[in-house]
Amino acid sequence: MPSQPTLTEPFHWPNEGLTRVPYRVFSDAEIYTLEQHRLFHGPVWHFLCLELDIPEPCDYRTTRVGGTPVIVSRDEDGAVHAMVNRCAHKGAIVCFKERGNAKTLSCVYHAWNYNLDGTLRGLAFRKGSRGEGGMGADFDVSKHRLEPLRVETICGLVFGTFSEAAPPLAEFLGPIMVGNIERSLGRPYHLLGYHSQILHNNWKLYAENVRDPYHATLLHTFYTTFKINRLDMEDGLLLSTCGRHSYSYAKRNAFARDDEYDESKVHSAQYDSRLEGPQLLDAWTEFDDGITHSIQSMFPSLTIHFTLNSLAVRFFVPRGVDETELHWMYLGYDDDTEAMTEMRTMQGNLTGAAGLVSLEDGCINEFVQRGTRNHPEARAFLEMGGDGVASSIGSRATETAIRGFWQGYREIMDFE
Amino acid sequence: MSEGVPAERRLVLEDFLTAYAHCIDDDALEQWPDFFTDDGVYQIISREGHEHGHKIGVMLCRGQGMMRDRVRAMRQANIYEPQRYTHILSRPAFTNDGDVVAGRTNFHVVRTMEDGQSGLFATGCYVDEIVSGLEGPRLRCRKVVIDSRRIDTLLVVPL
Repeated sequence: MPSQPTLTEPFHWPNEGLTRVPYRVFSDAEIYTLEQHRLFHGPVWHFLCLELDIPEPCDYRTTRVGGTPVIVSRDEDGAVHAMVNRCAHKGAIVCFKERGNAKTLSCVYHAWNYNLDGTLRGLAFRKGSRGEGGMGADFDVSKHRLEPLRVETICGLVFGTFSEAAPPLAEFLGPIMVGNIERSLGRPYHLLGYHSQILHNNWKLYAENVRDPYHATLLHTFYTTFKINRLDMEDGLLLSTCGRHSYSYAKRNAFARDDEYDESKVHSAQYDSRLEGPQLLDAWTEFDDGITHSIQSMFPSLTIHFTLNSLAVRFFVPRGVDETELHWMYLGYDDDTEAMTEMRTMQGNLTGAAGLVSLEDGCINEFVQRGTRNHPEARAFLEMGGDGVASSIGSRATETAIRGFWQGYREIMDFE
Repeated sequence: MSEGVPAERRLVLEDFLTAYAHCIDDDALEQWPDFFTDDGVYQIISREGHEHGHKIGVMLCRGQGMMRDRVRAMRQANIYEPQRYTHILSRPAFTNDGDVVAGRTNFHVVRTMEDGQSGLFATGCYVDEIVSGLEGPRLRCRKVVIDSRRIDTLLVVPL
């Protein structure tokens, strides 16, 4: 992106460091604009879409990186490309449908026509008509194209970055994140369902929310209301070396086996509860590591969760300084049995816009937005679990992953 | 056009579907599961998900027990700002299929928050399978197919 905007009012991070977050970062339109330059167009890998969104040659889908509209395409040879969805001529979006299949991409305004890698093929009336008009003799097709992003994929997740300075994706994510992506998405999977919700808050409040195990049992009381037995949980929170990404998990130590499922090596979690429809929580032990709940959050705006057997990819896209769209993509593995698919489907009720366990997250960040929007000088206090940025085993009463997010944010935004 | 459903029967069904909407609009949600058969299915899903045959939408209940759990969670566990719905229903279309009547009713649901702000919250159609019980019609299946798949804030009250 060209020259960066400057802040009318200079911004300094409080001397206390990562335990304080000035509320100005959630409501200042100039900081939001600066984020578009330094963060969304900066040395950061952004989730674009799933490869299963564009399974066939010549498939494309549209998405956004921050406020920038982006096309992700698969060319005839199967290679994945990403480019800004903005015609090199007059700036109209080239693809206006959410998804499609086309051998070339053509802007409807003046028929500028692009290859699936974003290079310009040609344009209408280049030589003019009836010998008049047309582009000058020096017009060079190779000098005009849809602005490209670098693209890398891992386990079917497509990432893009505008920055040449971004390290390779695996290095950006680090081994803990890569390992857990492979654990969740390292075998063929398909979409079970999708929806999105509009949050009336700054995107970073949701980024904090998914890194906040402290609030889980306090705000979300579904499990305790129905006396669903989770007492034998063992918790942990792992941070990447850079601190920006986090993986929080809970283990349920003992599962009671259910003979009915035993033959197929599937057994029910047998949660005791006061549910009238207890099949909501029919589950099986999917992994040998005993982890039953996990939330993996990758900077800045991608989360993968496993809630019992419910696997979903969430990503959130800012729509303005105080509005964010949160996408939920529920997945199942291609070799799931019908019974497994049914269990994943029922457990889909636990999360999402109508999630029995977590629907509160739809409004809680808006409550923060409302409480802080007119008080840019006031600050959040984040000292639960100390003031450092480090993994935490055995306790969820920590804000270490939130501090890790702000550490990365400050580095990228260059906020001293 | 009653499309094969006798006029007298249509009146009964229309009253039933109206009563369903009023039950929700009047916040009498403890009665909401009674509009279904014991093993009735209730699902909210986007039009796109419905057309692609997706398993997961936004909300799914199999049987009255899960519906009662939803209502109890709403009353006791979930945190959200107070809100009320007003359903505006179209004239339903019915077709007879043996013991089951297939119904389709378009709807708007206007949501009003506690501060008095109203807005169109959901629009789409109910795709119903209605059976006759001893105490009148019951929904064997109600799919709430929403065009408005981008949900504002959260969805806690069934549509």
